[in-house]
Amino acid sequence: MIAGLLDMASWGLVLAGSLVILVGTLGLLRLPDLFTRLHGTGMTDTMGAGLLVLGMLLQTTDWLIAVKLVLILVFLAITSPTTSHALASAALYGGLTPWRLSDRKDEP
Amino acid sequence: MRHALSLFLILFGLWLIMSGHYLGWLVALGAASAALTVWIARRLEAIDHEGHPLHLAWRGMPYWGWLLVEIVKSNIDVARAILSSPAAIDPSVFKIKAGQRDELGWAVHANSITLTPGTVTMAIDADGTFTVHALTRASRQGVESGEMDRRVSRLMGEA
Repeated sequence: MIAGLLDMASWGLVLAGSLVILVGTLGLLRLPDLFTRLHGTGMTDTMGAGLLVLGMLLQTTDWLIAVKLVLILVFLAITSPTTSHALASAALYGGLTPWRLSDRKDEP
Repeated sequence: MRHALSLFLILFGLWLIMSGHYLGWLVALGAASAALTVWIARRLEAIDHEGHPLHLAWRGMPYWGWLLVEIVKSNIDVARAILSSPAAIDPSVFKIKAGQRDELGWAVHANSITLTPGTVTMAIDADGTFTVHALTRASRQGVESGEMDRRVSRLMGEA
């Protein structure tokens, strides 16, 4: 009974995480320029990865695996904003002008 | 030297967790590889004055909790902006002055801004002025309200 409930919660979390990643990817495709697209990817590696790892945590009884899963989140929490910042600052110094609402034309 | 020692302890601890081996000679090999890495890091002069701010992990618990809630809230905001229509976004670039005194505080603050979807720190000037890109007007107001700035200052023990 308890195992079944845990399994269901785990599946719910994994599916929710997948949904967040799907929406983040959709943002990557739909948003107009590099800077706005970064916000879409920001979703996948914060809440998307977080929900997936949470779901996987409910599947394990081994504390060593649990610690490793949490470590993935810790490393991701440090590396993902670092890479986002590196991308944004490289694009800024490279002379890319951020897209503004006033640039909007020929949209259906 | 102190930082080299703490780097060794962190690397060796990580090795123990990752490998799951606790046999005598295997542990000795792990310690040896951690020592080799520290030696290389010293030669590369990659061990800097900042050290390893592990104390923030424990002292920051209330802050990390608050940040987690902010991340979830802004995820929902960004998801809504993506799913509605391109008209839902209003990107802008603006500057804020970080209240922290040292580089570690700036790094925590800037990374927290970037970690919450909808805002990305694009540049940090030498005086602690951040250039921030925001996806929507609401995410911009979130940063400009200065709440994160105050909380990071409190975390760093400056306020």
